[in-house]
Amino acid sequence: MTDQHTPLVEMKNISISFGGIHAVENASVDLFPGEVVALLGHNGAGKSTLIKILSGAYKRDAGDILINGEQADIRNPRDAKKFGIETIYQTLAVADNVDAAANLYLGRELQTKWGTLDDVAMEANTREVMGRLNPNFKRFKEPVKALSGGQRQSVAIARAILFDARILIMDEPTAALGPQETAQVGDLIKQLKREGIGIFLISHDIHDVFDLADRVFVMKNGKVVGHARTEDVTKDEVLGMIILGKVPPGATPGPGAMKVA
Amino acid sequence: MADTMQTTTKSTTSGGTGQAEGNLLSRFFRATEIDTRMLGMIGALLIIWVGFHILTGGLFLTPRNLWNLSVQTASVAVMATGMVLVIVTRNIDLSVGSILGFTGMIMGVLQARLLPEMLGFNHPAIWLITLCAGLLIGGLIGTLHGAIIAFLNVPSFIVTLGGLLVWRGATWFVTSGQTVAPMDANFRLMGGGTEGSIGATWSWVVGLLACLAIVAAIINARHQRKRFHFPRRPVWAEYVLVALGCAIVLGAVYIANNYYWPINIARRYAEANNIAWPEGGLFISQGIAVPVLMAIAVGIVMTFIATRLRFGRYVFAIGGNPEAAELAGIKTRWVTVKIFALMGVLCAIAAAISTARLNAATNAQGELDELYTIAAAVIGGTSLAGGMGSIAGAMLGALVMQSLQSGMVLLGIDTPFQRIVVGMVLVVAVWLDTVYRARAK
Repeated sequence: MTDQHTPLVEMKNISISFGGIHAVENASVDLFPGEVVALLGHNGAGKSTLIKILSGAYKRDAGDILINGEQADIRNPRDAKKFGIETIYQTLAVADNVDAAANLYLGRELQTKWGTLDDVAMEANTREVMGRLNPNFKRFKEPVKALSGGQRQSVAIARAILFDARILIMDEPTAALGPQETAQVGDLIKQLKREGIGIFLISHDIHDVFDLADRVFVMKNGKVVGHARTEDVTKDEVLGMIILGKVPPGATPGPGAMKVA
Repeated sequence: MADTMQTTTKSTTSGGTGQAEGNLLSRFFRATEIDTRMLGMIGALLIIWVGFHILTGGLFLTPRNLWNLSVQTASVAVMATGMVLVIVTRNIDLSVGSILGFTGMIMGVLQARLLPEMLGFNHPAIWLITLCAGLLIGGLIGTLHGAIIAFLNVPSFIVTLGGLLVWRGATWFVTSGQTVAPMDANFRLMGGGTEGSIGATWSWVVGLLACLAIVAAIINARHQRKRFHFPRRPVWAEYVLVALGCAIVLGAVYIANNYYWPINIARRYAEANNIAWPEGGLFISQGIAVPVLMAIAVGIVMTFIATRLRFGRYVFAIGGNPEAAELAGIKTRWVTVKIFALMGVLCAIAAAISTARLNAATNAQGELDELYTIAAAVIGGTSLAGGMGSIAGAMLGALVMQSLQSGMVLLGIDTPFQRIVVGMVLVVAVWLDTVYRARAK
């Protein structure tokens, strides 16, 4: 999109290995404000691992993270949240046994002036946010485990947008959803994009994300195959990148690109 | 929360079949928002009480026995409140009995040997210094356990199993196995007994304050719901709750006040104060015992911690999904350390109660208490899978366990058989709870 600006997020030459296996090797991705970047690749390609480094769940072995052009020291999820990075995990990562409000505010509870939990205020805000996101949601008093997959998903999304996120990471956001709920998430992504939030979409299924994304990054075996603007490439070309690592003319090759003999 | 679900499903099914009575009952529970699971426990307790009352020929439901029951329950009830938090986070603490023994022995030596030499016999500060030292040591032991569990990643089962042996052994080393007695006169008040009770007048004062607190809490909750336009309970339901709460509190005070001082002590008291011995005998009410007040205070504070503070919210979130809690930015390791530290402090409070009650600190103090404490928490609805449990439930669980034991003692049942019964009750109670939860889903 607006390439002349400084990127909102720049991850440069990131590497991480687990027990000698390089899960991510020398990977670089960037994201601009108001942009949706899809991170594609097979299961095990390293996309989730790369993004968990950004959200503070893993610590990188090498490489730099720049937020608005400045070095960001992200060691744990709390650090990431300080930079306005919010994550919706593939596994949803909600505490099943407490209600929606408790999940939305987990780790950032509102307190009264006596230092006690302000449950009423939290529930009121939750009702407002959920009303915007999913007007059918009525089960505020029940533990999250009693909710359907779509409802749990809206709780997870509400948690991410409640705190004025600037960078939103969505790991397989529609994996657990039906067609109608998937469309809802799509609308939400467009709305957040208009508000200037940068969004990383992670998916192994190109059809989920191609139409929503401005750019795609493709990963294979822990390396970035290449990246391209969605207007410059076709779905089939991107599929070729995912499966073979073959970089089409409209894309910029990365370290993981197939060596052409 | 699972119980609101239960009531809703119940009401929809009964609404379908059109049973008028079932409708009324479920409407009552939904309106008052009474926890049906807790109600089940109270029902079980009443059955046990009435059963023993009949079997013992009217010995069980007497002011004297109920008063003793309350005092006997206090120590385990205090520890059970902490065990709830431990089990909710999918941990276990097997060392509570040994920590009780060790801190009890330290407090015994302090008040019976060290402090009197420095301050003089029965100095008014002795009990306070002793208690504070005990709480500190209990807290430090708990912190140590918690730190090993959280930062060295040793399972809590192993750490506290080690603690069970270590602190029991350490108890022996403090005095080379000797029993320490007697305790300081002021300290002894924490054990109950004739002097360690607050008498009729103060018992009524405490009871009335409790009633006021109930009314205030209900009015406050209603205001809060009104402020944010949440659904409120019907007004009649609020009145029912107030009436029920006050009736239970005042009833308990009435029973405690109906247990009088033993004749010998009353006679000595009359002689000492130049009171003429009346014809029918002198009746001085015991009132609520100090250890019971301590246990209730601990229960209120722990409930507050578990439900109104961030720390409590984190405890339950970690129990529900440790990974999600970590990703939400909660410092889960520190929460674990704090839980075990709190458990250690509660063990020290329990140690104060039980050494004061026995008027001695012994080697064997608190042996097997870890099992009774865990059993109380589990009978009280704490799920070993983590994430579920309530402080009030655990204290009720402790009361159920103690009721069974006292009842069997009154019946003259031998100790080995008592253990068999308690063991079986534990298994059956957890089985019933599993069945209940499966149906609630």
